[in-house]
Amino acid sequence: MGDTLSALLSIGFHGLAFAMVLYLISVGLSVTMGLMGFVNLAHGVFAMAGGYLTTSLMKRLDAPFPLALLAAAALVALVSIALERLLYRRLYGGDELDQVLLTMGLVFMSIAGATFLWGPLQQPLQLPPQLSGQIDFGFRSFPIYRSFLILCSAALVTALWLGVERTRFGARVRAAVDNLRMAQSVGIDTSRLFMATFALGSGLAALGGGLGADLLTINPNYALQNLVYFLIVVAVGGLGSIRGPFVAALLIGIADTGFKYLLPEFGAFFIYALTMAILLWRPRGLFGRA
Amino acid sequence: MSPPALETRGLRKSFGALTVANGIDFRLERGARHALIGPNGAGKTSFVELVTGALRPNAGDILLDGAEVTALPQAPRVKRGLVRTFQITALFRRLSVLENVTLAICERQGVGGGLFRPSGRYRAAIEEAFALIERLGLADDALRPVNTLAYGRQRLTEIAVSLGLAPKVLLLDEPAAGVPSSETGTIIEVIEELPPDIALLIIEHDMDLVFRLARHITVLVQGSVLVEGPPEAIGADPRVRQVYLGERVPA
Amino acid sequence: MAEGAVDAFARRHRYRLLEALPWLAAIAAYIAFPSYLALGAQILATILFALSADLVLGYAGIVTLGHAAFFGTGAYTAGILAAHSWGEPITGLIAGGSAAALIGLLSGLIVLRTTGLTLLMQTLVVATMLAEAANKASFITGGDDGLQGMEVWPIFGRLRFDLFGNTAYFYCLTVLFLCWLAARRIVHSPFGRSLTGIRENVRRMHAIGAPVTQRRLVIYTIAAGFAGISGALIAQTTQFVSLSFLSLERSGTVLIMLIIGGIGRLYGAFIGVPLYMIAQDRFSTIDPVFWYFWIGLMMVLLVVFARGGILGLFERLRR
Repeated sequence: MGDTLSALLSIGFHGLAFAMVLYLISVGLSVTMGLMGFVNLAHGVFAMAGGYLTTSLMKRLDAPFPLALLAAAALVALVSIALERLLYRRLYGGDELDQVLLTMGLVFMSIAGATFLWGPLQQPLQLPPQLSGQIDFGFRSFPIYRSFLILCSAALVTALWLGVERTRFGARVRAAVDNLRMAQSVGIDTSRLFMATFALGSGLAALGGGLGADLLTINPNYALQNLVYFLIVVAVGGLGSIRGPFVAALLIGIADTGFKYLLPEFGAFFIYALTMAILLWRPRGLFGRA
Repeated sequence: MSPPALETRGLRKSFGALTVANGIDFRLERGARHALIGPNGAGKTSFVELVTGALRPNAGDILLDGAEVTALPQAPRVKRGLVRTFQITALFRRLSVLENVTLAICERQGVGGGLFRPSGRYRAAIEEAFALIERLGLADDALRPVNTLAYGRQRLTEIAVSLGLAPKVLLLDEPAAGVPSSETGTIIEVIEELPPDIALLIIEHDMDLVFRLARHITVLVQGSVLVEGPPEAIGADPRVRQVYLGERVPA
Repeated sequence: MAEGAVDAFARRHRYRLLEALPWLAAIAAYIAFPSYLALGAQILATILFALSADLVLGYAGIVTLGHAAFFGTGAYTAGILAAHSWGEPITGLIAGGSAAALIGLLSGLIVLRTTGLTLLMQTLVVATMLAEAANKASFITGGDDGLQGMEVWPIFGRLRFDLFGNTAYFYCLTVLFLCWLAARRIVHSPFGRSLTGIRENVRRMHAIGAPVTQRRLVIYTIAAGFAGISGALIAQTTQFVSLSFLSLERSGTVLIMLIIGGIGRLYGAFIGVPLYMIAQDRFSTIDPVFWYFWIGLMMVLLVVFARGGILGLFERLRR
């Protein structure tokens, strides 16, 4: 098989896997930022916690991978509700600086907490044996885990989109993102909606963190290290949008993988330049509301 | 015949399916006392935003003193004397009344960007600001932050700031909105005592205010001009009454 | 009565006795803590960094997560010069400040067209871009290992940078003083006052005919220059520059130091930076993990309970 084609397939495959992880983590951030107008720089902490909890549950309790993942997501979602009720709520509609400082503070606390609980080093990944190794398609072989990651994420994304389009909950979220006051006057309990959306977004982030531990390594500095990527996906996609970040994640994921593969001396530099270019052209993001 | 102080021709603006301005032809004569009325959502504030340059029209022309300003951004229009106040008070919240007005005057005088001399040295600007504040009865509050003032006095500060810009055309967006009736008296007096050479356009819901202050009224409904004319004609017009049915019926 | 208000207003910029306090304290510290001069020099240079952040954040109301970009640019510029046989400190300082100001101008042209989240994000992207560039260009910057081989010459050919930090201390103090004078001038000028207008209500600022974007760009560039000077100071007095100079963490901690002191009051940096750095010197070596935790907790508590920082508390007590 031609070298270029092989390289392109590789970039496409790994880029897609990366994109999926980015999307799962960032979609919650996009919706909560669009819905509550809250700049949550600590969103990465949910993903990090998902990764840490999944590996811990697998190691300590010998839990099977899918169970550990779901349990971790549920746990993170619950804790995020407490966070939302106790702290975040006070700052809705408030000063942007306050939100930045508060969430930064939480990130710092999470770094300390993670170091304390799990040590300063990267968490070693324990892939379940069925998912390790390669799968051979004849012309090429692909790592099984990444294939699984892509399929699993695709299923989650489809479920999410169907949920948003078809359920009443989804309709309420869309209405509230579109026009909060109108939604309130129609009788939608926005307070409960915020809470539920927040929990869902955090749970998804935890899933993304746990599934994507292979791509975004789990370590105490996770939230800070990857903040740029999450914010880029959200800003380029457009706040409050559900499809937007998907397109952005695809763009960023594949481009990043491609650039790093083809021009490793420049690293992620081009992604940042690309982001700035897109935002210059469309300051509200590709799918942001005008 | 000298050109009108402000004119729009065929002004159009839509946000997707929502049309806020549907080909508005409008004239504000020099020294006018003109009111723009209409039900909620008629597009009155959007009209102000279009005219001042905060919003870009899809089509149409805007002329200030006969000169086209449609392509100009907001700041140059202000420099040419087109000044507005905001429906919801938009002042420099934690700054004092005196500072609010002084900032406006410094911009008008073109010294707002001076980097080296302390602002305190621009004595003339500060004194002009104070004189303005005094005239509006706010002298006692000169050094207090505006967000500590009673709402009516905040609205007066808004007017003071706009006067500090030496307007030729002044657009007052609901000057008495949200003000308790005990405080509206001063505001009305201030508006009545505005120099006659300023062309004044007031957007108002309060019909008493409108009939008291305006010599000419334009009625805007869903982005289009329904009718315009002197107050007596407007008051008697059955279409206007119909539009306001359920809201307020003029006496 | 009338003239009283105008007079009081017109006299705001006059020097007050209290303003001599930080400088007297700095000299007193020199006498009282001779073994801590190296730390002292760092504190003074970081005060300048925080002061530059205050101009952008506290006065113009621009929330930025990437202010370290300018700090790092200044540091690397001065550092690279010193590592390549040009160790003259004053010109190194000017070069650092100018390079940072240029980056500030160029990035400001792009970044300051937007507001809110997009702006915040763009500032982070710019800083991350620079950090990535510094990382990849390790043949100049030393990459992960940091910049090696800096040799800073004596100031004016006479004042050597000694091991105890005497020269460094007064070098940083003098530079801080001069920059502070300039910053104070700017803050009290009509330009500076208009910045507070931009911070308080941008719409109103447009409505009085002020060229808002232009003003923001000017202060952003000036602040970037000051930040660059502070970075160069640190580089020259420690003879070392690392990638952490450009990090998000660096941008975050300068915000914290400012918030502790109180933003938008010019002196927040003078209070917040020494408090933070002295505490960090004491506690983070004992247990870095706990340091992070308490700082994070303190930020959360500050936001919820004491938004104005220490200076804000003073103001409230005065009333």
